[in-house]
Amino acid sequence: MVELSEKVLAGNIRAASRLIRNLEDQIPDTNAAMRELFTTTGESHVIGITGAPGAGKSTLTDELIAALRKKDKSIGVLAVDPTSPFSGGAILGDRIRMLRHSEDKEVFVRSLATRGSMGGLSKAVGEGILVMEALGKEKVIVETCGVGQQEVDIINHAHTVIVVLVPGMGDDIQAIKAGLMEIADIFVINKADRDGAAKLYQEVLNVVAMSKKNSDSTDDCWTIPILKIEGVLPPQEFAKSVEALSNKIEEHYQYLVKSNRLAERKRRKRKAELNEALWATIFQPVLHELNANGQMEKMVDQLLNREVDPYTLAEEVAQRYMKK
Amino acid sequence: MSTMKIRILLAKPGLDGHDRGAKVLARSFRDAGFEVIYTGCHQSPEQIASIAIQEDVDVVGLSCLSGAHRYLFPEVAKLLKEREAEDIIVIGGGIIPEQDMPALYEAGLKGIFTPGTTLDSIVAWVHANVTPRA
Repeated sequence: MVELSEKVLAGNIRAASRLIRNLEDQIPDTNAAMRELFTTTGESHVIGITGAPGAGKSTLTDELIAALRKKDKSIGVLAVDPTSPFSGGAILGDRIRMLRHSEDKEVFVRSLATRGSMGGLSKAVGEGILVMEALGKEKVIVETCGVGQQEVDIINHAHTVIVVLVPGMGDDIQAIKAGLMEIADIFVINKADRDGAAKLYQEVLNVVAMSKKNSDSTDDCWTIPILKIEGVLPPQEFAKSVEALSNKIEEHYQYLVKSNRLAERKRRKRKAELNEALWATIFQPVLHELNANGQMEKMVDQLLNREVDPYTLAEEVAQRYMKK
Repeated sequence: MSTMKIRILLAKPGLDGHDRGAKVLARSFRDAGFEVIYTGCHQSPEQIASIAIQEDVDVVGLSCLSGAHRYLFPEVAKLLKEREAEDIIVIGGGIIPEQDMPALYEAGLKGIFTPGTTLDSIVAWVHANVTPRA
């Protein structure tokens, strides 16, 4: 394991990819390698790209990679796609749109499956970011799978969150619900040539106008930009509009640094990492044991027969495992 | 407590643009519980080798209907070897004449699947021949 972390620090892609796989597969002792890497992390700018399925996140990511490469940044990409709730398998297809970078040594793209997490990201995503940071990637892009309204895990891991919207998302009540619409640092209205784009722009404008980030009275406030990108643009113009996006991302990062908000976001990220480690260390082994020794099914039987309620069972389990 | 999954890269090298079969196969692999990295059509062997390494897959599945398998399949196997990733199993499918098979096996391919092969038998082959993270 420790050998693996040495190779990662030396920039070995195969070792990095294997380490991410160990993290996904929850191989015991992966902690040892991560422990060694942890001190070298925390310097990268993490950019999250989220939005509904089919909103164009991968295509934007691909062009964004190109724009950032022009600025000579080394880039890590984690592209997340959903795991089947039935078979546990997954089709990870976001690379299709990023093929032109697959031979660029400064671009490392890794696909991840959600593997049953609820907020759209698995624990391995947060850890995958750390591996990318240890590799020395200056920009780490996390493209979430488009799970929709409640996909907010990303704010715990990214410094800059881009929410990609497309016309036809629903009425204006959707725009003021909690969740996705609240987490944007930058909005992109993609496929803005489609019907309903003007209405969507107006709705997002209203969201931005009422946003707390904007009402901070001092000059260290960030006005959430709304960028419009048309789906039918010729390649060069598309590249230009994504370059505008990459400039906004950089601007946001500078804002985070100057306003000291970066420290807040880093704190939030560290807290999320700790939370996930606690979950994996405390809660998961208990669940695992209950499943492995058949107790879980026994308890479910009891519930089905209405012999007992879930609250009592949970308290019993807690008492068994927790020593105060 | 670990949960190992088989990871498979499915790619169509070269100029062949007919990927319905590859997509059907991707879905069968998904339903078998594998993680499938699907890259679509028109890649070079270099791209495929480098993606296979970045994704840490157990298997690379190549599909070719254009007749260029005799060059493209061995090239992928060779590049993986050059990059010290010969432990990644390479298999191929498509319109592959019987007489081409010995050379492909010689070049390092571990399985070749021609039209008429059932999806279940390919999944079964993977289960029988692939240990995740060998």
